[in-house]
Amino acid sequence: MEHQGQIGGGGAPALSVRSTRPEVPAGAGSGVPAPRPPALRARAAAMLQRQGAVVALMVVCVFGFARYEAFATPENLLNVLRQNSMLGFVALGMTMVILTGGIDLSVGSVLAVAGIVAAKLSGQGTLVAIAGGLAAGALLGTLNGVLITRARIQPFIVTLAMMIAARGVALGVTGENSVRVDRAAAGFLWLGRGRIVGIPVPVVLAALAFVVGWIVLRYTRFGRYVYAAGDNQDAARLLGLKVDRVLIATYAISGLLAAMAGIVLAGRLGAGQPVAGTGWELDAIAAVVVGGTLLSGGQGGVGSTVVGVLLLGVIFNLFNLEGTITPWWQGVLRGVFLLGVVVIQSRLQKRATHGH
Amino acid sequence: MAARPAPGGGTAGRWWSALGPTGGAVIALVALVAANSIFTPNFATAGNFWNVLFQLSVTLLVAVGMTLVIATGGIDLSVGSVMAISAAVAAVTLDRGLFVAIPLALVAGMAVGLLNGAFVSYFKVQAIVVTLATLLAGRGLAQVINRGGALLAIDDSGFLVLGRGHVGPVPVQVLIAAAVVALAIFVLRSTPFGRYVLAAGGNPAAARLAGVPVNRTVVTVYVMSGLLAGLAGLVEASRLGASAAARIGQGAELDAIAAVVVGGTLLSGGRATIMGTVIGALIMQVIATSFNMLLIPYAWALAFKALIILFAVYLQRPRRV
Repeated sequence: MEHQGQIGGGGAPALSVRSTRPEVPAGAGSGVPAPRPPALRARAAAMLQRQGAVVALMVVCVFGFARYEAFATPENLLNVLRQNSMLGFVALGMTMVILTGGIDLSVGSVLAVAGIVAAKLSGQGTLVAIAGGLAAGALLGTLNGVLITRARIQPFIVTLAMMIAARGVALGVTGENSVRVDRAAAGFLWLGRGRIVGIPVPVVLAALAFVVGWIVLRYTRFGRYVYAAGDNQDAARLLGLKVDRVLIATYAISGLLAAMAGIVLAGRLGAGQPVAGTGWELDAIAAVVVGGTLLSGGQGGVGSTVVGVLLLGVIFNLFNLEGTITPWWQGVLRGVFLLGVVVIQSRLQKRATHGH
Repeated sequence: MAARPAPGGGTAGRWWSALGPTGGAVIALVALVAANSIFTPNFATAGNFWNVLFQLSVTLLVAVGMTLVIATGGIDLSVGSVMAISAAVAAVTLDRGLFVAIPLALVAGMAVGLLNGAFVSYFKVQAIVVTLATLLAGRGLAQVINRGGALLAIDDSGFLVLGRGHVGPVPVQVLIAAAVVALAIFVLRSTPFGRYVLAAGGNPAAARLAGVPVNRTVVTVYVMSGLLAGLAGLVEASRLGASAAARIGQGAELDAIAAVVVGGTLLSGGRATIMGTVIGALIMQVIATSFNMLLIPYAWALAFKALIILFAVYLQRPRRV
């Protein structure tokens, strides 16, 4: 700090210290010893850490293309996308929460509640059903956010409690039976089963959600606040950011997106199921982490999560195409893969930060 | 001279804080037991007393290990899968005798713990991610060991003592859990290792400078968690009379974390109370048992448990500086 202040004072007396600070590296050529550029290895490591999942996805796709005739057919690829689109919604919300340095374990249960609410309301038309389901999800998410910020309880515990409670409500309200979607609500079923110019509706919706999420995080003030809250919450607070409001909004969005997944899933299955989404929080966290978003918050993004979801989805698809790998071995391999990816990432990240 | 405020008096207005971090949990437990003794028929009977302790023991075994892990600032999500692995190992090796099967099963649990600990301490990967990966992989591995996910019946009478035997009126698994609790309290309070655990969780950098073998301590704690989860898996398999790889330990990590947190151990590490964990586990079990006896659907017990978790943690939350 002091050092930079001196540089600013000596080099450009007319400018205030604050405004020169960001330019210090650029103007460092004038007499001041140039700061060493980040070592090439460090930069390569940083890039790999960010893009490693993309590389892995390409490798896996090339492998699939070379080995299985059925892999690169439009039907198979659309199938992969459709199967993973619902997890995509959940992972998108999880990404935003994790960017703030939090976590949302309640997504699977919220998904089930929203699917049930929507199915119960389906007799009154598709729009009412969808609005009701989304509202239920947003409400539970908001409750998470309020408890985290106002009662100051850790996100892990609040969302763990919500995960247990919402699952209880889902089981209790339905008497542990699934709730049929009214056949008259054709639009509702279309959400899960329909196609738009050959592309399954869930895929279109998930793609839309990701584009909106990407724009919001990248180009809006709210998006920058999300990163700021995750990077250094105290600093963000001192700078006057309404951190609490940002956090509440983030958890509400996560609940909303989980609800979206629940509604689409209910449309697909033709029923809202109280056990839907069990364990999805783990899959979503895995996808976010594999994509390259750091659990410590502040770093990563929506693009990484798309890649993470697709990578896990394609690997799962390849297991199925291989045909000889039992579901149990698939579980083992997925866990080992996740562990491998995070170890490599933590190594690369260390190298990247030490280089600076 | 003005009298100094008595210890704990500084937090006037939060009278329960005089009871220490576990205070809220103790009050909740007393209230639950009192209410149930009045309103739930047959609750306050010796039979039900042993029943509650019996059902509590498996969760408690896991929760003691979880307490130690959380005390170091970590978390172990893999315990449920470790339970399934240990049960499966025991089931497929029991034909070579009890003294081969049980040690092998426990070693399998410790091996998973060693893996967790090594990745957390030496590779510096977050505990939640490492143990999430071993949770996913472990469940699959248990089913592979369990000969492709089948349900393997166990009829070794010696093995069945673990989960079904009694010493006088006391179920064997309650004795095991009590012994583990006593040992853990002793280790945490009265051994250098116990102090290392708290130091590693409170401020790892300072602990390292003070000469605490932080990495070794963290690895040991995860190995202990694996060992205890393995033991819990054996007890559960013995109670069921079978190794069911898809079922044993499913969701055990959440029950254990809930017990630990309700009991007053901070998720951020550096503070731990085994007795608190026992009380936390008791609260959860009393809720489950009494809802069951009152014929209220299990689903609502879940919602009530969640409220208790939030309430207990809310009472214990650190005040803003």
